[in-house]
Amino acid sequence: MGIEIRGINKFFGDFVALENINLSIPSGQLTALLGPSGGGKSTLLRIIAGLESSDSGTVEIEGVDTTNVPAQKRNVGFVFQHYAAFKHMTVAKNIAFGLEIRKRPKDEVKDRVQELLKLVHLEQWSDRLPSQLSGGQRQRMALARALAIEPNVLLLDEPFGALDAKVRKELRDWLRRLHDEMHVTTVFVTHDQEEALEVSDSLVVINEGRIEQIGSPDDLYDRPASDFVLSFLGPVTRLGDHLIRPHDIEISRYEQAATATGRITRWTRVGFEIRLEVTPDDKLHPDPVHVVVTRAEATALGLHEGDQVWLRPQAGVEPVRA
Amino acid sequence: MTTEIPLAPGAARRRRTRSATSLTRSSGLGLGIALTWFSLLVLIPLALVVIQSADDGWGTFRDTLTNSQTAAALRLTVEQALIVTVVNVVFGTLIAWVLVRDSFRGQRLLEVIIDIPFALPTIVAGLVLLSLYGPDSPIGINVANTERSVFLALLFVTLPFVVRTVEPVLLELDPEVEEAAASLGASRFTTLRRILLPALAPAITAGAALSFARGISEYGSLVLLSGNLPNKTEVASVRILTYIENGNEAAAASVAVLLLGVALIAIILLQVLTKVVSKRG
Repeated sequence: MGIEIRGINKFFGDFVALENINLSIPSGQLTALLGPSGGGKSTLLRIIAGLESSDSGTVEIEGVDTTNVPAQKRNVGFVFQHYAAFKHMTVAKNIAFGLEIRKRPKDEVKDRVQELLKLVHLEQWSDRLPSQLSGGQRQRMALARALAIEPNVLLLDEPFGALDAKVRKELRDWLRRLHDEMHVTTVFVTHDQEEALEVSDSLVVINEGRIEQIGSPDDLYDRPASDFVLSFLGPVTRLGDHLIRPHDIEISRYEQAATATGRITRWTRVGFEIRLEVTPDDKLHPDPVHVVVTRAEATALGLHEGDQVWLRPQAGVEPVRA
Repeated sequence: MTTEIPLAPGAARRRRTRSATSLTRSSGLGLGIALTWFSLLVLIPLALVVIQSADDGWGTFRDTLTNSQTAAALRLTVEQALIVTVVNVVFGTLIAWVLVRDSFRGQRLLEVIIDIPFALPTIVAGLVLLSLYGPDSPIGINVANTERSVFLALLFVTLPFVVRTVEPVLLELDPEVEEAAASLGASRFTTLRRILLPALAPAITAGAALSFARGISEYGSLVLLSGNLPNKTEVASVRILTYIENGNEAAAASVAVLLLGVALIAIILLQVLTKVVSKRG
């Protein structure tokens, strides 16, 4: 159940947008399609919605083969990055659109719209036009509009991509809570790894038209299947022959068994964290190693710029061979 | 001519400390130039025509308009302009759609050709139409001296108006909006009726207004093909010229004032229609 995708291929001329995609998205979960721009994740989402057709392969939604069902009949809620608001309609009218098309009785439409307005906190804005709303409000309206038709699946294409950082964070938390209440199968596309890790139950990393890895946020972060997944999910530095996250490095001013040793050549403080660059003495690996420590750790360890330090992976961390 | 601008009470209160009006020096100057320009070019000449039509008293005005030949010319003009405008609304929107949403060979060429009827001196357009649809028509269609010649000439010269007003608005329309409608279950027709038309309505009406205004004022392109037969193919602009040639300027002005009134009513009606269509979405 949920969404079953089998053998999807999609070409744009010579360009391979998606290559033999097999994916099963469980019912009721919040799944993120994560990857760099142009990697094919949006195309996959649009194929699930029926807004784009695949060159081969099948899509099943809740047990029904929808490969040849037009978008209008799939009962899929879709939220676009740039809201796709119906500009000449009020907020309430926008939300009511899908219900009016389904010829639901007027009273029912009115009640449902009120309910959704409340859900997305836009009760006072029901008679405004989309142009009178902020970006975050518009996206909440778009979400209410998509939810109004009680979709089998909710698809969001970079839903917070056009919003500023603060609003994006708020909406992200809010989407998570909303999903916990509604339990509608949700797939959202993002290129922001933090967003994906924070919000989703499971992640699908897509790059160059192929699935790199599928798993829970913990799986992907701690056990990346490839260099690409490792480096895409967060900052990575090279320690000796291995790739490792900068905060997974143990740093010490005292001599100890170490993978590398060198001087702190750069010291950048960003809020609570301190980003260090250590230039190894080893002439075979002269590239600076990036290390991140908290301010408290730096004070406790008595670190200063120019100090000689010893570096090794923290206990329990398995670095990936480069 | 008064240059007083009605102020929103709030705005007046807020700005009173600085100056008595809400205009800054530069915007005041701008408004002055705009109004002077507008007055010299439009308002004063129009006022003169109205005054002239009443020069010999309202009798001339009434006599001119009740003259059967003039009335027939006016009726023909308005009727044909209306039909042409309706045709333009449908086909102009369609052409704009094709130009914006489809890509095909020769698209750029078509873009240029669309403007030719508009750019061509009207008398040249008349000549083209005469040689194509006149007595010596190479394709065997002769509409010379019939009402259809007026229709054809108007259709030719007003073709670009709706196309050109709708095109930029259509370009601005986000295809995602249509996709959103589709994913909510709207058929192509419903999307057209409830999403696209309301968005395009202002542009379509603007184009329709231009098309109609040009239609009732057209002279050059139809004068050769229509033959200007009284009570049959004679249009209002030809009638005005005849009056002037006969030295009856007051009568000419009377017809002009009526055309002015018709144009005004048309523009107002179209504005109202836009509001209705945009609201209904």
